[in-house]
Amino acid sequence: MSDHLLIATRKGLFALERKRSDWTSTLGGFPGVAVTNVLRTDGVIYAALKHGHFGAKLHRSDDAGATWCELAAPAFPADAADAPSLFQIWTMETGGRTHPDRLWIGAIPAGLFRSDDRGESWQLVSSLWNVPERKRWFGGGYDAAGIHSISPDPRDDDRVFLAISCGGVWESRDAGDTWQVLGKGLFAPYVPPEQAEDSAIQDPHRVVRCASAPDVMWMQHHAGIYRSADAGAHWTRLSPPTDDFGFAVAAHPRLAQTAWFVPAIKDEIRMPRDGALCVTRTDDGGQSWEIMRHGLPQRDAYDLIYRHGLDIDEAGERLAMGSTTGALWTSEDGGRSWALLNAHLPPIYAVRFV
Amino acid sequence: MAEIHFTSHLRNLVPDGPLSAAGATVGEALVNLLAAQPHVRGYVLDDRGCLRKHVCIFADGERLAHDGALARRIGPDSKLYVMQALSGG
Repeated sequence: MSDHLLIATRKGLFALERKRSDWTSTLGGFPGVAVTNVLRTDGVIYAALKHGHFGAKLHRSDDAGATWCELAAPAFPADAADAPSLFQIWTMETGGRTHPDRLWIGAIPAGLFRSDDRGESWQLVSSLWNVPERKRWFGGGYDAAGIHSISPDPRDDDRVFLAISCGGVWESRDAGDTWQVLGKGLFAPYVPPEQAEDSAIQDPHRVVRCASAPDVMWMQHHAGIYRSADAGAHWTRLSPPTDDFGFAVAAHPRLAQTAWFVPAIKDEIRMPRDGALCVTRTDDGGQSWEIMRHGLPQRDAYDLIYRHGLDIDEAGERLAMGSTTGALWTSEDGGRSWALLNAHLPPIYAVRFV
Repeated sequence: MAEIHFTSHLRNLVPDGPLSAAGATVGEALVNLLAAQPHVRGYVLDDRGCLRKHVCIFADGERLAHDGALARRIGPDSKLYVMQALSGG
């Protein structure tokens, strides 16, 4: 069970540590600066920043956050088609066990960047940037489309899955040299009906996979929640007995039938129904659901949980969840009860057990 | 050489006190200056070499419109301020 959390917020990075039964938090760096995501691997922490004035940056700490050094941020090359400027680093992931020096970054605009030297240098994966379908991608919540979910297959690190809002789900089987759009079964009601099943315009808000059954993936889509049992090729829409809009999803690392979602009233409102925050859980692949509220605010709560705001530790025993109103909770019993750690953090972008 | 001041928000990247750079335009002076301060370049200019959306430049007391700021002609005694625009937060 992990006793350490990193919290990326609108106003800095926070680190939490659990000793006995109490969590203590410290400001881990970058006070006042938006930290759009954070990654820890092999004792190194990477923090993605978005300065309001000065652009998106990348920093690395080799001493658990005591000191930081700035790395060259990924940049779109001048000769890239449409030559955009990096707006935001949205997600960072490791390359997997067989590529310990490899890192992936998903950005807004929807560039995928790869580093094979622990973030010292970055290359745009031009094969994805140049897919003809990119002309049909569009922004969801931001002006431009963005990559927010990247998942190398733990059985084959060169088989990489990713998800784009709004550009569907994609897979490479050759470490990014070539790409195929996946996502049969997804449905987009926000486009004209004849385009609703176009795989390349889907808005997967977040996709995660089961670590020990990597073909099993769970998706919170802009319009519904889905499960795939074939690594993203085909998706089945699930029907929880509550709102199926939201952003976050967590997959149990061992139990392929178990996942968690955080519902909100659908897209034009984006608040918990009746001001009462809940988490839903299925243990049978989406056939049945628990709606869990114990420890969560049940009146006057307008917390929204962003894409990277819900996490489960590697052991599958502890959950953590952070909201747009700066509340942070953990659960020791699979989400059936929650403990509030802090109600007054800045708006939370990402929560990660480390 | 134009005299160039930077916002205190960049104090951890740029030394206190004015820097100087040659150039017939704001853009030339900045490019020349940032060539010697490459770690600052990405804070002022974006990936395309454009002035960042929320960076504001004053030249000889005048706040320059964003779109034409880099093309503004300056003299050898011009004084530039590179500031954060309040539109950026």
